[in-house]
Amino acid sequence: MKAIKNFFERTKPLVQKGAKYHWLHSVHDGFFTLFFVQKNTAKTGTHIHDYIDLKRTMGIVVLALIPALLMGMYNTGYQHFAAIGQLDSASFIDTFLYGFLHVLPIIIVSYVVGLGIEFVFAQLRGHDIQEGFLVSGMLIPLIMPINTPLWMIAVATAFAVIFGKEVFGGTGMNIWNPALIARAFLFFAYPGQMSGDSVWVSLGGEKAVDTFSGATPMALAAAGHPQVNVADAFFGLIPGSIGETSTLAILIGAAILIITGIGSWKIMLSTVIGGSVMGLLLNTFAGSNAYMAMPFWEHLIIGGFAFGAVFMATDPVSAAQTETGKWIYGFLIGFLAIMIRVVNPAYPEGMMLAILLMNTFAPLIDHYVVQSNISRRLKRAKVKA
Amino acid sequence: MSEQLFSKKNMKLLTDPLGSNNPITVQVLGICSALAVTAQMKPAFVMALSVTVVVAFANVIISLLRNTIPNRIRIIVQLVVLAALVILVDQFLKAFVYDVSKQLSVFVGLIITNCILMGRLEAFALGNKPWPSFLDGVGNGAGYGMILLIVAFFRELLGSGSIWGHKILPESWYIAQGGFYSNNGMMILPPMALITVGVIIWVQRSRNRNLQEK
Repeated sequence: MKAIKNFFERTKPLVQKGAKYHWLHSVHDGFFTLFFVQKNTAKTGTHIHDYIDLKRTMGIVVLALIPALLMGMYNTGYQHFAAIGQLDSASFIDTFLYGFLHVLPIIIVSYVVGLGIEFVFAQLRGHDIQEGFLVSGMLIPLIMPINTPLWMIAVATAFAVIFGKEVFGGTGMNIWNPALIARAFLFFAYPGQMSGDSVWVSLGGEKAVDTFSGATPMALAAAGHPQVNVADAFFGLIPGSIGETSTLAILIGAAILIITGIGSWKIMLSTVIGGSVMGLLLNTFAGSNAYMAMPFWEHLIIGGFAFGAVFMATDPVSAAQTETGKWIYGFLIGFLAIMIRVVNPAYPEGMMLAILLMNTFAPLIDHYVVQSNISRRLKRAKVKA
Repeated sequence: MSEQLFSKKNMKLLTDPLGSNNPITVQVLGICSALAVTAQMKPAFVMALSVTVVVAFANVIISLLRNTIPNRIRIIVQLVVLAALVILVDQFLKAFVYDVSKQLSVFVGLIITNCILMGRLEAFALGNKPWPSFLDGVGNGAGYGMILLIVAFFRELLGSGSIWGHKILPESWYIAQGGFYSNNGMMILPPMALITVGVIIWVQRSRNRNLQEK
């Protein structure tokens, strides 16, 4: 640590205003603050600051994503060896390593493209590098199918950062969750690479066994044959986007977010409640429809529901800000996600669209919560006078 | 005639709408049709040509009538003139370029409601002589068409891998043929047209700072 600190202290004069490498100052500042909280004193306004600044916050979210990432890597290898029929002969190390080698390039592309654009915008607009992409860069790989070509990841990341974030003014100004924008872009632009049965399992050029289908539980359910192996779905040994399969790993992440106070437990809980209510409603009116009759809690462990509820819906920028608003916002996400999933045959998974839709409405929800609070208090004031 | 036909002032009428007073990117008019017909270049070009013809001649006719139109019914008169011209253009397209006319379908008829036309008639033709009105119409039609063609170029290239209906990306690039490439299906959809127009506005305003709103 000492050496790193010395390096940054030594290079600092080189990037001061007027010095030779001034154009690199935001890069220098960005990396310096990534390692150390700087000893800046406030000159105006609030004088007491928490050391948990945006970089530290983002760091904790990335930490919370690690279980889902590791489980996703393992599952990638697991699905691969299961598909080629060598599951029994492959060791744990082989399995994990296969997944690691296939997931890593996606993460690298996502970070290089996203941070590259952030750096360019920081230089052009003359502000510091904003750290918002640290989390988005990790979220984007986790919600992609493993077989997505790398150039598509690059295009989607660029689209998400430029049109999802920078045009609105950068980190903290975006209306929608940038990672979901990246996924929605790919979903509508390249549907062949984002849906269907052939994109979720990495075959790595080898031949699949005859019984292999590659269909996710979501696809099976949408086709009218819901069959969820609860244990596999909970631990994450089902085909799906890289990080979304393991409900267990996501719950660990949720615990980290809730304990540190970074993710809103209200949004997570109300999303689960909303999904359960819609699931129960569908169960009630199911009739002979097998998908509608699927137990409501199975909806919570398949597809992207858990991942979306914990990591996407709780994005503090695009979620509702008021406490009452968070309950409404989360409830509607869960409710709509299950509705889109089951009722609309065009979209096997509804979590992405539900969250993006509610992101759009979050400011409206906040507006009415604030207004109702104002009118309630005005009424009280009038009675006393 | 005291003024030359192509005096500096008249030339400005022709060239301003191409740049700093573009009907789409600066006045933000006629967006609907710009989103609807720009998935390919050919229909976009025909649409641009149709709008140019209609706006130019409507401008001339309204300008000739400008002293005789009672103020209170001027909108109706303008609409009658526009509708007549649009029907002429529509019939012409049906007769000579039937396939493109089918592609454009209802959007040729909807030229009547294009804000650019009413805007030019109200703002220019009612107060100017026929010749400047004609130039103004041609200029605005061209400004509109220019943006349409730029948008259509990118949408067709990225969305269908072709330009003017000709495939320019080799078939072997595509994933179905064992390659790596895939057309961007979203470019065909209207949202990307809106974003493309947005990018053009972005580029234009960052080059020409006078256009930026305070």
